[in-house]
Amino acid sequence: MAECHPVGFQWVMEAKARGAKVVHVDPRFTRTSALADLHVPLRAGSDIAFLGGLIHHVLARGKYFREYVLAYTNAAVILNEDFRDTEDLAGVFSGLDREGRSYDNASWQYAGMEVQAASGERDKEYDRRTGGERSVSESGRGEAHGSGGAPLGGGEPRRDETLTDPRCVFQVLRRHYARYTPELVEEVCGVPPELFRQICDLVTENSGRDRTTAFAYAVGWTQHTVGVQYIRAASILQTLLGNIGRPGGGILALRGHASIQGSTDIPTLFNLLPGYIPMPHAHRGEDLDTFVAAEAPRKGYWGHMRAYLVSLLKAYWGDAATEENDFCFDYLPRLTGSHSTYETVHAQLDGVCKGYLLIGENPAVGSAGAKLQRLGMARLDWLVVRDFSLIESATWWQDGPEIATGELRTEDIGTEVFFLPAAAHTEKDGSFTNTQRMLQWHHQAVEPPGDARSDLWFTYHLGRLVKAKLAASDTERDRPVRDLTWDYPTKDGTAYGEPDAEAVLAEINGRDAHGRPLSSYEQLAPDGSTSCGCWIYCGVHADGVNQAARRRPGREQNWVAGEWGWAWPANRRILYNRASADPDGRPWSARKALVWWDAERGTWTGHDVPDFRAGTPPGHRPPPDATGADALTGSDAFIMQADGKAWLYAPAGVVDGPLPTHYEPQESPFTNPLHPQQRNPVRHLLPPHPDDRFHPVGRERGADVFPYVATTYRLTEHHTAGGMSRWLPYLAELQPEFFCEVSPELAAERGLEHTGWATVVTARGVIEARVLVTDRMVPLTVQGRRVHQVGLPYHWGPNGYTTGDAANELLHLSLDPNTHIQETKAFTCDIRPGRRPRGPAAAALVADCRRRAGIDEHTGREP
Amino acid sequence: MTASGPPPGTDGSPPRMGFFTDTSVCIGCKACEVACKEWNAIPEDGLLLTGMSYDNTGHLGADTWRHVAFVEQRRTPGADPGGVDVFRAAAHLGAAGGPAPADAQTAPAELRWLMSSDVCKHCTHAACLDVCPTGSLFRTEFGTVVVQEDICNGCGYCVPACPYGVIDQRRGDGRAWKCTLCYDRLGAGAEPACAKACPTDSIQFGALDDLRERAAVRVAQLHADGVTDARLYGESPQDGVGGAGAFFLLLDEPEVYGLPPDPVVTTRDLPAMWRCAAAAAATLAAGAAAAFLGRRR
Repeated sequence: MAECHPVGFQWVMEAKARGAKVVHVDPRFTRTSALADLHVPLRAGSDIAFLGGLIHHVLARGKYFREYVLAYTNAAVILNEDFRDTEDLAGVFSGLDREGRSYDNASWQYAGMEVQAASGERDKEYDRRTGGERSVSESGRGEAHGSGGAPLGGGEPRRDETLTDPRCVFQVLRRHYARYTPELVEEVCGVPPELFRQICDLVTENSGRDRTTAFAYAVGWTQHTVGVQYIRAASILQTLLGNIGRPGGGILALRGHASIQGSTDIPTLFNLLPGYIPMPHAHRGEDLDTFVAAEAPRKGYWGHMRAYLVSLLKAYWGDAATEENDFCFDYLPRLTGSHSTYETVHAQLDGVCKGYLLIGENPAVGSAGAKLQRLGMARLDWLVVRDFSLIESATWWQDGPEIATGELRTEDIGTEVFFLPAAAHTEKDGSFTNTQRMLQWHHQAVEPPGDARSDLWFTYHLGRLVKAKLAASDTERDRPVRDLTWDYPTKDGTAYGEPDAEAVLAEINGRDAHGRPLSSYEQLAPDGSTSCGCWIYCGVHADGVNQAARRRPGREQNWVAGEWGWAWPANRRILYNRASADPDGRPWSARKALVWWDAERGTWTGHDVPDFRAGTPPGHRPPPDATGADALTGSDAFIMQADGKAWLYAPAGVVDGPLPTHYEPQESPFTNPLHPQQRNPVRHLLPPHPDDRFHPVGRERGADVFPYVATTYRLTEHHTAGGMSRWLPYLAELQPEFFCEVSPELAAERGLEHTGWATVVTARGVIEARVLVTDRMVPLTVQGRRVHQVGLPYHWGPNGYTTGDAANELLHLSLDPNTHIQETKAFTCDIRPGRRPRGPAAAALVADCRRRAGIDEHTGREP
Repeated sequence: MTASGPPPGTDGSPPRMGFFTDTSVCIGCKACEVACKEWNAIPEDGLLLTGMSYDNTGHLGADTWRHVAFVEQRRTPGADPGGVDVFRAAAHLGAAGGPAPADAQTAPAELRWLMSSDVCKHCTHAACLDVCPTGSLFRTEFGTVVVQEDICNGCGYCVPACPYGVIDQRRGDGRAWKCTLCYDRLGAGAEPACAKACPTDSIQFGALDDLRERAAVRVAQLHADGVTDARLYGESPQDGVGGAGAFFLLLDEPEVYGLPPDPVVTTRDLPAMWRCAAAAAATLAAGAAAAFLGRRR
């Protein structure tokens, strides 16, 4: 966190100054470790075993917060008797379709409820709930739960309040983690039991009525073939300890760039509409009602999805969207499968995808399988790159690595490349939505230089010109563009017509039938009388005031500081904060009071905005036929969930299992000691490609060709693939060269010299880096064997003021099935002294490594 | 002893301002280095991978007015922290070799990564100012020591005068440059760029008296927390430079961070030396006079 979020880390330092203990769990000793009370080095890719060990400790020693667990989680719920755990089926859950590499989650459901909504398998869900036909879909749905859980079917789940029924979630959980002992943690993670015990004590001593513990994570947890399950494991632990919805608790996703949270809220993802409404699939005959019926749960705030979706359609198509035409629901694009960034690369290689817009993204060096990215772009008709500098994604056709090896020739490449200079955040108005879901407005400070323009300017004028071109079209397929409301005012005084960013914010906020700004998503209506560009952002422009631009200093308000910026939803700073009070509405302790029930006034109140319907008393029991928010009881603190409960066990919504279980990464020097299933059986593999081969693992023949674990990461001094930092002299001089970090022991083993050169090779590529030999890279003992890890910052590429090879040349495309995120944080490699070969010899070295390891198109692809 | 004038703050001028750099909360982000270069328009000075941990800046100089040192340490718990081997510490800092392979059999020593943002000390007794023949170096109303770039003639006397090796001549320019404690920002009521940019308040700017009080509290707190190595550096008016305007909280001996353990203003002995010289000259003159007088006689 200190490395990549130094500004946010000031609050960790403030907490530390007030007595908080800081534990840093990371394969490397980083700037965060330097400031932590305890650094725990572990093997990259082993965190579920680590977190599972903590869960085991909490359950085995009775350290969980029993009242919280009983009141606010699904611990007491009885599961369907068909459910089989990984402990029963040698490492897989019931419902696995090995051929199709997917789970049918019907057997994962709660007992006593009707057939439940699946979530990764949307088509099955759609079939069941609508009687419709089956179509092909592999798109995961992890992102669709960015503001709440997956849908459940009707009926009330059966519960055992004693938590003793062998089929209740609590007992299933206990059995599932029974083997995650400190000894197993040591065997998998390389963390000695006495060190592990210290963390167990710190976490449990700082959880309960009076104390809370927070977890902060970043891509070290997400960039794995089981990334979502890492977060799930932390969720289970934090829920057991009662650390969700309470001050000082939570699981904080540290986002990798400014407004990455914002770009999932109002998404740049293929499978989401704004506010985490799923993108519809290409089901024949699906209309608005069947879509909502298939997607929306009966209970909780997601039960009002129709209001959110209709308001969105009204924002998109205005007067053209009417009750009669289903509010233009048919205008929305339809998914025909997964269209993630990596599938898009394959579509380019296959000649299907012809055009590509890269806006602030540098896949030629910044995405896994960098070579595939470039080969894909070489098959395009056109490519538009909008960035600050001539990044590698704009120049690969003239000076990329394949030109050097002779695999591509500039004169053979037909791609027409357009480079458009982009304005920086200081050169435009706009908002950032970061980790804490808070929108903070920024005002333009200077004019952009030369032809540089904002993304808003580009998007608005591109849309304007496309609409003008289609104005005379009478083709049906052009109607969605022709009817689109696209009437943003431009700012006075800009010769180039910069759109008014606040007008866009006002549209996102939404308006009532009279055009007045809305103040809450509870005002959204399903009948087309309201419009709203993103329902969770409703209220950010309440009263016509830019609430995100508020900057009242913290010293002038209470400690929640609700008047600094604006947080979705409804300016709540801590989600699910009903759980900060006990079932009767009293704070669990005075020290951790946040919101509470004021019986005299008959309302919820407190320091934060209560995340609960204000007038619903703690003892409220809804009538059986109630739906949506009306169906929530007075103690259903998790109001976005389909059952109002925090899910220790996820009956839907996670495609690779209801409980996290340890699998080895796609590439690992070790066999899975827990069960015969080596890897996540439903990890998302792209089609085989000669430049995307996997390594043998564990005791397989050829695994010793790539004996070391590698992990990529960022440095404070640079930003992601370097587009914003490598061209800046003041940053370039601080980290002037690409380097790898190795332990003194590995350096001795491989003959690597401090500040000398090393060559790092995988079946995908070969790179060279300067060597930093450092005690901060700690060799670990795993399964009785010494394992070395190689650290690779991924900022570099051949262009810019500081140049170097790109670590992403080494990466494969084995993805998390929920999020389609690549496994950059744990893979295997070889490292040797000296510089890498040049030209065709570089490709020959990679080919030789593949041959020696016996790698072919089948290696590593078994379920 | 020096021509510093009356202490600031006693004649209606602003109080003496300075830095307290608390290295115990430095996260090594180098925002101070970048903010300093941005504000003061200091040139980039080389893309050199030094191998000194994450420190690719190296040292303070004409083109580096804030420098973050990174010190990777292996310490055996309970070992005497007093006996620092300067050469070993320097080797850790230095380019050659990197750390030696640890003996796998011995108990793992505690790994520490010390980070510290160094800066001009703005000494109470500033030798650079004493030796400046042009008056380019002067003491401001804030008690800080500043070079005036339009007066400096590049004589370079100040460079060897500095007991910390801070002030330096810029290559191709010849003039002396160093931290101004953002004199231009102070005049406008703003804090220096480095302190403004520091996310963890490792660099604190303020009236020196306040900073000394804050530092004493912080050291006491760290000692109470068992961080017995915490100590202040440069805060004492009794030290060899009469106390620094920019002082530090360190977690080890100053040498570990590349700081001189007992800096002395290099002009301290000048008066005595001049007195000796004057006495010698007087004696010579007296002798010569006596010789002439004697001859006349």
